[in-house]
Amino acid sequence: MTNDNEYEPIKKVSIIVSRGSLDGIYPGLIMANGARMEGIEASLFFTFFGLHAVIEKKMDNIKVATVGNPAMCVPSAMGPGLPTWMGALPGMSWFATGMMKKEIEKLDIPPIREFLEMIHDAGGEIFACKATVEMFHLAKADFCKQVDDIISVGQFYEKSAGAQIIFT
Amino acid sequence: MTIKELIARTIELDSDGHLKNMNDWDESLANALAFEEQIFELTPDHWKVINYMRNEFKTKGDAPSIRKLTKESGIDTKTLYALFPKGPAKKAAKIAGLPKPKGCI
Repeated sequence: MTNDNEYEPIKKVSIIVSRGSLDGIYPGLIMANGARMEGIEASLFFTFFGLHAVIEKKMDNIKVATVGNPAMCVPSAMGPGLPTWMGALPGMSWFATGMMKKEIEKLDIPPIREFLEMIHDAGGEIFACKATVEMFHLAKADFCKQVDDIISVGQFYEKSAGAQIIFT
Repeated sequence: MTIKELIARTIELDSDGHLKNMNDWDESLANALAFEEQIFELTPDHWKVINYMRNEFKTKGDAPSIRKLTKESGIDTKTLYALFPKGPAKKAAKIAGLPKPKGCI
């Protein structure tokens, strides 16, 4: 990072992950990991369907949304758009997910489980949203072991003191 | 651009503190660069990371990702962050005399 401007460098980020699709989860993880790589403190707060990224039984089966995703193109980003009805065909999400995972691996971006381990080992904190945990009838035991705590919105703001909050 | 006096010779650094001329690098300079980053002693583990990064850079033209580094250098993520607390990618590259890594991971 070049500090050739007058602004104070970012010291801490709190990243909220609210969506449970592959494309909803990865940006937050990449930003959290990137922050730690730069020596910036980072915490991740998973809420609503974003929680799927840290649920032990769900985290290895996260998929790309092929329905309701007008940017979905085949066979690659610059290809023609995938008609919405085709996105609903059985196996389409599975197929798109497989394609994207291959590209992700090529860039040396780890699968979600490994990525969370990496971020946690790097000192990033990982939290689950209390309101969602209650709404989904979940308990601490349902989460992967990197989840440090289940916290309320109030606690989230307390922990985010001095941080930039990023909502994804 | 700043010019700093390190180990009795003049070394040119870029605005981020990376070596302008990679050929200036040697082990004693690594120690001086580490000192600047408040790493007062380069342990054998530090050297494992530095040497691995330099080798990767020689063959690939960029520093390795953290994931690759931890998998192949034998230094795990926790240790890596303990060795280079203020950001392993940037700091290790700096001490290794390399430009800032280009990758995102």
